[in-house]
Amino acid sequence: METIIILHILLVFMIIGSIITIEIKNMLSAVIAIGSVGFILSIMFLFLGAPDIAITQVIVEILSLIILIRSTINVDNVSIEKKEEHVLSNRTTLIFVGVILVFAWFAFRSLPPFGEPLMRISNYYLNNGLRDVGATNFVTSVILDYRAYDTFGEAMVLFVSISGAFAILRRWKREQHKDFLRIDREH
Amino acid sequence: MKKKKNSGMTFIVKNITNVMVGFMLVFGAYIVLYGHITPGGGFPGGVMIALAYILITLAYGRKVVESMVSGMAGSIADDFGALAFLILGLIGLWFSGKFLFNFLPKGTPFNLFSAGSIILYNLAITLKVGMSLYIVFLALSILQRVVTEVEK
Repeated sequence: METIIILHILLVFMIIGSIITIEIKNMLSAVIAIGSVGFILSIMFLFLGAPDIAITQVIVEILSLIILIRSTINVDNVSIEKKEEHVLSNRTTLIFVGVILVFAWFAFRSLPPFGEPLMRISNYYLNNGLRDVGATNFVTSVILDYRAYDTFGEAMVLFVSISGAFAILRRWKREQHKDFLRIDREH
Repeated sequence: MKKKKNSGMTFIVKNITNVMVGFMLVFGAYIVLYGHITPGGGFPGGVMIALAYILITLAYGRKVVESMVSGMAGSIADDFGALAFLILGLIGLWFSGKFLFNFLPKGTPFNLFSAGSIILYNLAITLKVGMSLYIVFLALSILQRVVTEVEK
């Protein structure tokens, strides 16, 4: 019961941090506010008894904060000018969200209710994990033995996304861009 | 680490970096190697090792860290990690007919060399995640340097 009260207080702080992130004008303050949301999330994982996820959340949050601060600290961080938004993009977003909500309604209706067959599969892992795998950390035995194929897919997702990032940031494109900016400056 | 006077941040930041980097690398290696016994694993350990190199980048500048692990070496290690995961899965397929099968002997629980090939999977994920995040940070810092040079 106390845990649930603490979780609700932390949730309120997370919502406040998200609203500050959206509404504040200064870029650096927005980055710090979104960092506070991530750190509160890791504390929530600790209260829910998931130290693996809490460690990962803290570490990835530190990395993303470093990258965000480094990329916004030299930018003119006074305010963002409001541009005219394209009407079609808003409508397309709304239509896609609506379609996803309709399909999600039908999909979630066919699922069993929340927590109904209580921990049936996890009980199998807890009872047989030590015998099957031999690892005492059951989270590792699930993600790298029972569900190793999913982990393989996640590693490939990271590989493909970083290959895409390098395709965008490749050198000859940058050189061209530099020349373009220099010509623009001379005029 | 080489000490260069006119690059990177101030004296205080450099000294604290000298003290901290060793601890960060050792703790990252501990989290990876004991990932099947205590909480942790390849992903947080790999990010922690990448963060140690990113700390050197922030304190000393890009040239010092590229003399330790160049961008090309990081890229090769990244590809090697992804390939190692695939090859370990194929070895499991060859031994038992199931992809990603745990082919090594299980050992006694709570020992370092237990749980079969999970420790090898963790090492492959460490190379993959750590080196890829490190080279992404290098690429971003190069891009930012180009932008600031153009603005000057």
